[in-house]
Amino acid sequence: MEQRSNRANYWRANLKVLFGCLVVWFLVSYVFGILLVDTLNQIHLGGYPLGFWFAQQGSIFTFVVLIFFYAWRMNAIDKKFGVAED
Amino acid sequence: MELQTLIYLVVGATFLLYFVLAIVARAGTTSEFYVAGKGINPVLNGMATAADWMSAASFISMAGLIAFNGYSASAYLMGWTGGYVLLAMLLAPYLRKFGKFTVPEFIGDRFYSNAARVIAVIALLVISLTYVIGQMKGVGVAFSRFLETSVEVGLFAGMGIVFVYAVLGGMKGITYTQIAQYVIMIFAYTVPAIFISLQLTGHFLPQIGTGAELTGAGSDQYLLQKLDLVLVDLGFAEYTGTPDLMNTFLLTLALMIGTAGLPHVLVRFFTVPRVRDARKSAGWTLLFIAILYTTAPAVGAMAMWNTLKTVQDTDQIGAPEGNLLYAERPQWMKSWETTGLLQFEDKNGDGRIQYYNDDNEAFAAMAEEEYGWNGNELYVDRDIMVLANPEIANLPNWVIALIAAGGIAAALSTAAGLLLAISSAISHDLLKGVFMPNISEKNELMAGRISMTVAIIIAGYLGLNPPGFAAQVVALAFGLAASSLFPALMMGIFSKRMNKEGAIAGMLAGLSITLLYIFMYKGWFFIPGTNPLEDTREAWMFGINPTSFGAIGAAINFIVAILVAKMTTPPPHEIQELVEDVRVPRAS
Repeated sequence: MEQRSNRANYWRANLKVLFGCLVVWFLVSYVFGILLVDTLNQIHLGGYPLGFWFAQQGSIFTFVVLIFFYAWRMNAIDKKFGVAED
Repeated sequence: MELQTLIYLVVGATFLLYFVLAIVARAGTTSEFYVAGKGINPVLNGMATAADWMSAASFISMAGLIAFNGYSASAYLMGWTGGYVLLAMLLAPYLRKFGKFTVPEFIGDRFYSNAARVIAVIALLVISLTYVIGQMKGVGVAFSRFLETSVEVGLFAGMGIVFVYAVLGGMKGITYTQIAQYVIMIFAYTVPAIFISLQLTGHFLPQIGTGAELTGAGSDQYLLQKLDLVLVDLGFAEYTGTPDLMNTFLLTLALMIGTAGLPHVLVRFFTVPRVRDARKSAGWTLLFIAILYTTAPAVGAMAMWNTLKTVQDTDQIGAPEGNLLYAERPQWMKSWETTGLLQFEDKNGDGRIQYYNDDNEAFAAMAEEEYGWNGNELYVDRDIMVLANPEIANLPNWVIALIAAGGIAAALSTAAGLLLAISSAISHDLLKGVFMPNISEKNELMAGRISMTVAIIIAGYLGLNPPGFAAQVVALAFGLAASSLFPALMMGIFSKRMNKEGAIAGMLAGLSITLLYIFMYKGWFFIPGTNPLEDTREAWMFGINPTSFGAIGAAINFIVAILVAKMTTPPPHEIQELVEDVRVPRAS
């Protein structure tokens, strides 16, 4: 029984991290890169209109960071719940 | 050294390297043949996956796509990278924990149904075959452009090389060759980009250069601003302009979901030793992909600027002297004219090159009236933006040779990954899984090699005689992966309640409605002229481009599956246990 609730708690912790990451994922691509692109393009990052920069550069950099962040957080959560591999 | 000789030497050396790697890392067991014995280091797997993923289209065509579409091409950049976030968090670690050999195998086991497994195999075969035809053609084209052979000879050479290292090496051999291919590819792509960025903006990093000011006399303007201005002055749309955001949104979503559901990419994450390696390896994969994908927009913008600037004095648009005399065109234009990728036709007979958008009727009328222009005179193939880059930047011959080797590496590495996915679906899912469960390991390995050989022959044949669907990789491969495999895999992991009936109904609904929508606008089985509806924005249902429909197909799959699962019996106890087990890296 205890093992069961530990698993359930582990899964909930995973879903929480997952959800946070997907919010950022959605924000940098769909919101900043597409939905708000015209508004953000009023601001400039050097010669890049900001919305355009998110669509062609910024979202991609963020994706890379997100995956490494997720892997790092999950390793910690694996350990906390005692389900880490060797 | 003569350029041709140099190209033969460099490309030949890379082939030799692939052969040596394949012989050293040849597969001896089914586990090595399907999943490289699950012993690949996560960083190296990242490189191999990046090469597996980045095809001839990514390497040769994407920068040109961005150059001619500006912001609108962002859907490809975000879609083909953002999919890895979904893959890393929603699928890869759990599929690795499941720990078997193929994607359809997970679907079959999780939904306790051979029917589900066979549907997954069919989706896999359609997706992978569509995809691999383009790669075989890519090898042929790369050969013919750089080595001056016919496309056929190039294609046969490509088939022969893939045959040696994929049939012999299996996943293990493919992995090590893909690592080498990644290194060649990324070097070939970034070196010319760095030099062009230095020349145009003085910045070493192309990612920075694209957002920087142009150097040189009289132009203290930002590259992107200048590009916007000049393109508009020539009747084109603004480079950073944002038309049709709804389809950009949907296409991005369809490509992301589709990317995450591509079997030949997913299976690469079966090859790492542990669950934590699968998560980390996805990060490395995307990092290695991002190096090319963030350089591509720079190559696109800079090559576009170089092309415009070469033929048009941007301060004197409309003045007769503003356009380049054909007789004075630079060497790179002459050499690419012979390939047909660049063509000039002097429509107004003034001996000068006018490049502008004559599809823009108002602008074309004005240009005829005031400038004396009788139509656009320069045809520029989008592939030239990458292929001619070294010559435009006056780089030494070895860089041109490197581009040739890089293009061939991009096509070969993706072809090998796809062929492996096809052959393991046949030998492991269909033969071992459904028709001949008692087949011995030795015979299964033999069956894997034979089906790989047959797949190479079919792919080669279709590469020579491309059917209509070969040009529809985006709509067909990504649309089907998004509407069939991704939802089934995700619900198999995230819903304990999802059962056989729901998953099968969802996959069938997603697949059939997506195919139907594509066929309605592109023709039944892509036969030209058989489409009941015009493929124009006005005729699209709710304005949805058939190419972006995969996102809708995925939603249909999810909804149908959940509804059907609610109305039918929950999966058996041991399946719910299986889901519990897949969710944790190690049983606690």
